[in-house]
Amino acid sequence: MLQIKNLHAMVEGNEILKGIDLVVKPGEIHAIMGPNGSGKSTLANVLAGREEYIVTSGSVTFMGKNLLEMDPEDRAREGVFLAFQYPVEIPGVSMSNFLKQSLNAIRQHRGEQSLDARQFLKKMREKLQLVEMDEKFLSRSVNEGFSGGEKKRNEIFQMAMLEPKLAILDETDSGLDIDALKIVSQGVNKLRNSENAFIVVTHYQRLLNYIIPDFVHVLYNGKIVESGAKDLALHLEEHGYDWVKNEKGTEVTA
Amino acid sequence: MIPEIIDLKDWFISTFNNFENRLNGHADQPFHRLRREAIAHFSRLDFPNTRMEEWKYTNLQPLLDRRFRLFDADHEAKPAAIEKLFLGKKNDNRLVFVNGKFSEKFSNLRTTQRGIILTNLETALHDHSQLVNDNLAKYCDHRQNAFTALNTAFAREGIFLQVAPNVVVGEPINILHIFDPQSEPYQAHPRHVLVIEKNSQIKIVESHHSLSDGPVFNNSVTEIILKEGSRLDLIKVQDVNLHSIGIHHTQIHQEKQSILNSYSIDLGGALVRNNLTVSLNGENCESNLFGFYLASGNQVIDNHTRIEHLKPNCNSNELYKGILSGKSRGVFSGTIYVARAAQKTNAFQSNKNLLLSPEADVNSKPQLKIFADDVKCTHGATIGQLDDEAIFYLQQRGISPTEAQNLLRLAFAGEVLDKMSIDNVRTHVQELINKRLQQEF
Repeated sequence: MLQIKNLHAMVEGNEILKGIDLVVKPGEIHAIMGPNGSGKSTLANVLAGREEYIVTSGSVTFMGKNLLEMDPEDRAREGVFLAFQYPVEIPGVSMSNFLKQSLNAIRQHRGEQSLDARQFLKKMREKLQLVEMDEKFLSRSVNEGFSGGEKKRNEIFQMAMLEPKLAILDETDSGLDIDALKIVSQGVNKLRNSENAFIVVTHYQRLLNYIIPDFVHVLYNGKIVESGAKDLALHLEEHGYDWVKNEKGTEVTA
Repeated sequence: MIPEIIDLKDWFISTFNNFENRLNGHADQPFHRLRREAIAHFSRLDFPNTRMEEWKYTNLQPLLDRRFRLFDADHEAKPAAIEKLFLGKKNDNRLVFVNGKFSEKFSNLRTTQRGIILTNLETALHDHSQLVNDNLAKYCDHRQNAFTALNTAFAREGIFLQVAPNVVVGEPINILHIFDPQSEPYQAHPRHVLVIEKNSQIKIVESHHSLSDGPVFNNSVTEIILKEGSRLDLIKVQDVNLHSIGIHHTQIHQEKQSILNSYSIDLGGALVRNNLTVSLNGENCESNLFGFYLASGNQVIDNHTRIEHLKPNCNSNELYKGILSGKSRGVFSGTIYVARAAQKTNAFQSNKNLLLSPEADVNSKPQLKIFADDVKCTHGATIGQLDDEAIFYLQQRGISPTEAQNLLRLAFAGEVLDKMSIDNVRTHVQELINKRLQQEF
């Protein structure tokens, strides 16, 4: 589904990603862990197509197509979803109006018909239940005045509505209390199937108690320095990121 | 004084002389003395220019470039063309003015309700002369302001409305101003007088449109008197062509416990100046002033508002928002005056602008003049661009940048439009704005 080869990227003149290789297949969950500043969020944003992140070399293929050539909206229409670390407040745009435009743009791209008002409402109600959100959220402005937990649940709600092939969760666990964390994780687990894939970017192992990854990758100084099964996350939890820095530091900076 | 201003003033004065000659018997009316007084004031007063504080940001050059004539004929407009512009429902009461002149043919006055006088000012001067003379030019000063003086000199066409005490008018009254300057530029000086008596309520929708591309100079004055416990919802939608000039002065006198909801939507015009002055003359008044303006190309849209809190315990709330692109310019000047006696005043004012091009420009100037010590007054002004983070967020959900921008602009306007109290008018205005945004922004 996704093939990243030797990806290098810069932000504001600084090289942040220094050669990432990653292969994600349908049905898989990959966790990307690493200390602050290691490039985790940069990777998520490069995949989503944020303009300020400049790819200097390497390639990203998604479903056989060159992802890096696509505009952000086309990546979304092709099935790439980014759950934002900091969801943006958009005053005056209601959740339902926003989702209607979003869903219709994606359905149109897939050659499907737009949903009529009744079908749309039915779908929204069904997906709201998944993240235990009240229906009155639909008439509120996108993320405006939402609590931290509500914003993150809203990201998962949107993911459920849009049914992406590849969902990238950028530190979705940050700032969540344990109840919200469970709701978000349950949402992801219910949406998981053999056709879609997830990249879960996180600083802490905590989230991976609820969303069980197939692979864990440790990102440090712009490179994946260690890959393994879910046990790797536990090892990191036990030894901390200093272990990575000590173990891999010399090799990386050399 | 520079020669072209002398020429322009002479032009208006000679236009007045012609106007007076054609009045025939009407020149004997008591009101005509006021017209003469007003033209004398106009002749004496300095013509507004950018050296005056009140006109600092708004250059009247487009007015000096042409000689506008008074329209004095019957117009052949097609009813269908007018029907299309009508914001109200098909059978609503309506008054139609073409090039500033009342058109009986296009108006529909089936005031089924008793207790309303609704007619052209000229008719009212004849049929209800006492009532008109008691209220006309009562609170609106034509001795200080050249445009008000000019309007008073030419006052003949316009609305006269009186709602008798304790009458609640359910259906909105629609006033349609159509401009069709086919071969020559016209000047119009509509004068509207609205008297809402004690405990009465009414909604008025006023809209301005062009049927052709030529320039018009529309210099209107609206005087509104809200008696004790009355309520007025006043929606003004201005969508004339981009060659026209509009100077609009609205003077509102509120008595105790009265409520005003004013909505001022400006989409068209080369040069538009709105003066809105609200005077709160009794306790427990409420005044809500909302404005939205959309400017592109070389448009100049200038809103000057003034709220005078003269008595205690009144609330005023003001929100004006604008979207500007091209080389357009917006001006907002909002004065809140609180007299010494006006304790427990609540006054809020906000002006927010969205600039879509580097050459668009806004001057926003809040002015608080507070002489009472127990008051709550706040004001704020913002000038910004569309939020790039929000655009990326929408794009990441499959929405194209063009659609995303449009969604954000409409959302920006929505904060004002959502407050409009008449659903079908709000929908119509949203459509007008949406269309403009997609075509020209």
